[in-house]
Amino acid sequence: MKIHEYQAKSLLSKFGLPIPMGIAVLEVGGASAAAEKIIQTTQNETVVVKAQIHAGGRGKGGGVKVVKGVAAAQEAGTKMFGKPLVTHQTGPEGRIVKRLLVEQGVAIARELYASILVDRARSRVVVMVSAAGGMDIEEVAAKSPESILMEHVDPTLGLAAFQARNLAYALGLKDQVAKNATAFLLKLYEAFMALDASLVEINPLVITADQRVLALDCKMTFDDNALERHKEVAEMRDLDEEDPTETEARKFDLNFIKLDGSIGCMVNGAGLAMATMDIIKYFGASPANFLDVGGGATKEKVTAAFKILTSDPGVKGIFVNIFGGIMKCDVIAGGVIAAVAEIGLRVPLVVRLAGTNVEIGTKMLAESGLPITTATDMADGARKVVALVSGRKN
Amino acid sequence: MAILANSQTRVVVQGLTGAAGSFHAKQMRDYGTVVVGGVTPGKGGTVVEGFPIYDTVAQAVKATGANASVIFVPPFGSADAILEAAGAGVELIVCITEGIPVLDMVRAKRAMEGKSCRLVGPNCPGVITPGAAKLGIMPGYIHKPGSVGIVSRSGTLTYEAAFQLTELGLGQSTAVGIGGDPVKGLDFIECLTLFEADPETKAILLIGEIGGTSEEDAAAFIKANVKKPVAAFVAGLTAPPGRRMGHAGAIISGGKGKASDKIAALQEAGIAIAPTPAELGKTMAKAMR
Repeated sequence: MKIHEYQAKSLLSKFGLPIPMGIAVLEVGGASAAAEKIIQTTQNETVVVKAQIHAGGRGKGGGVKVVKGVAAAQEAGTKMFGKPLVTHQTGPEGRIVKRLLVEQGVAIARELYASILVDRARSRVVVMVSAAGGMDIEEVAAKSPESILMEHVDPTLGLAAFQARNLAYALGLKDQVAKNATAFLLKLYEAFMALDASLVEINPLVITADQRVLALDCKMTFDDNALERHKEVAEMRDLDEEDPTETEARKFDLNFIKLDGSIGCMVNGAGLAMATMDIIKYFGASPANFLDVGGGATKEKVTAAFKILTSDPGVKGIFVNIFGGIMKCDVIAGGVIAAVAEIGLRVPLVVRLAGTNVEIGTKMLAESGLPITTATDMADGARKVVALVSGRKN
Repeated sequence: MAILANSQTRVVVQGLTGAAGSFHAKQMRDYGTVVVGGVTPGKGGTVVEGFPIYDTVAQAVKATGANASVIFVPPFGSADAILEAAGAGVELIVCITEGIPVLDMVRAKRAMEGKSCRLVGPNCPGVITPGAAKLGIMPGYIHKPGSVGIVSRSGTLTYEAAFQLTELGLGQSTAVGIGGDPVKGLDFIECLTLFEADPETKAILLIGEIGGTSEEDAAAFIKANVKKPVAAFVAGLTAPPGRRMGHAGAIISGGKGKASDKIAALQEAGIAIAPTPAELGKTMAKAMR
């Protein structure tokens, strides 16, 4: 799960990590009051107005404005609020800005980069830093991988002080600043582990003109599997940043991701679901979604999944591809029949069943009298659904 | 022979008294697996579905001589269950549980370092040596004793592969679902090593998916070390970047982990690639000719 910058910073702050003074603004008129309070407290006219969306590249897209004074802050806020912000990560339609962060301006001496994530190849948490702060780290990694410094952490010991020092001194930091950076990294690791984060990225991590180390930006994502033990993090979910059908799917514990093709897919198992998308593409059409109904799906869950698929106007055909293991084919058949009875069927439906209780499931579908095309294997099914959909187009 | 599991394997089921645990313990026993008992703290001394229950894995091992464990414990308790099995001297630990926090697995893997036991999973269908032992949740009847070793990151795609090989008459020596999580036990390379050394395995079918670089690592390993024919399939060619496709490990980020890169690496190593998931068996058969 992703959260906004201002939320991530509030979490960092709880772990004693230094952040600029900032106030989140949730309505269009709020920027001036926030700016006024910050200017009063800091005795500095410079403030930064930052659009809060779950996508990077906000600066280049015009979502970060450095301004002087209350009026200019409000003007910048008004320009952003409620309007789409387009960055290289949002797609051409952009994201509507519904939250802002107003922050104190900071006199920057140096911009660095720091992040913590899981290195899956080594099954270890890794702390990474780079002197190339403020830049796209993927670009840095591609052009000059040697400029990225890493320390892998033994989870039984945690990030050792010497490892944090290694990174700080390797960045060329000296004296008190090196000490501050060391302390920063140690606390950042503590926060990462305590919150079950999957990524914490501070870009840029700045050294201020007065020698402080500060998280100027922060991106955090969390392990969905651990959210249940972090209620305070789970509550930070912003449904405006998520696809409404995905939100609906999550209620029924369905793994659903919206895509932009024309063939709705309902599959059991994540790998088979991905492979089903691939085989649809192979036969010349595009999947409208990724949907894994899971191993232990009930008839109700299957019905809900089917409704989600048919509610998408972009869906011109549906392919149900099931290899029953724990999941029984008759449960799938029952769910499909119930859903069609309730909401009707406006597009062609192709069903391929294999595995546990396949005979019962197939018989149920045949006896339902519904206009369902059955398939013998997944290639047959994919071919049939693609043909039916392209036939409708012509 | 085969790998990991055979008719001598003595299985204890952790979490046997839960719904999934008891259902699959029975299924495994019905398949012919030697299931010697279950472990649920607080329920030691009882008998469930004919299985004696113990409070700890250590007690179960002492009483039954179990040398393998299959875990059906809820996600937040699973890392501890893995360590309990490892601590009790169990040689093969198969963790079925889906949804274990990644950092729990980071800690568990660290704690298992230096121990001789093997972990399969988590978030996997398990291990089956057809006709001998089934340690997991896969439907037994789609398998058949044979010559192809399967190693896969996906559960249902493993079934798809096994079924296709069975229909072609090739069957399987052992099928191993290594699981879809980013931090897990046995990886492709360890499985490939075992299959290469196993005289009953004549060829290997590898099924990968987006995320990480384990398919690329496997490709390099196969090129240097595996003499047996290998076929492969990689799921997720159409997956959009940055999205988690069900499996926590199946996410493409930072330009790494793309299916096309994995396929290119495997092809470069001379491995036959199934063009679609409907041709896993055929591609394997062709590579064996």
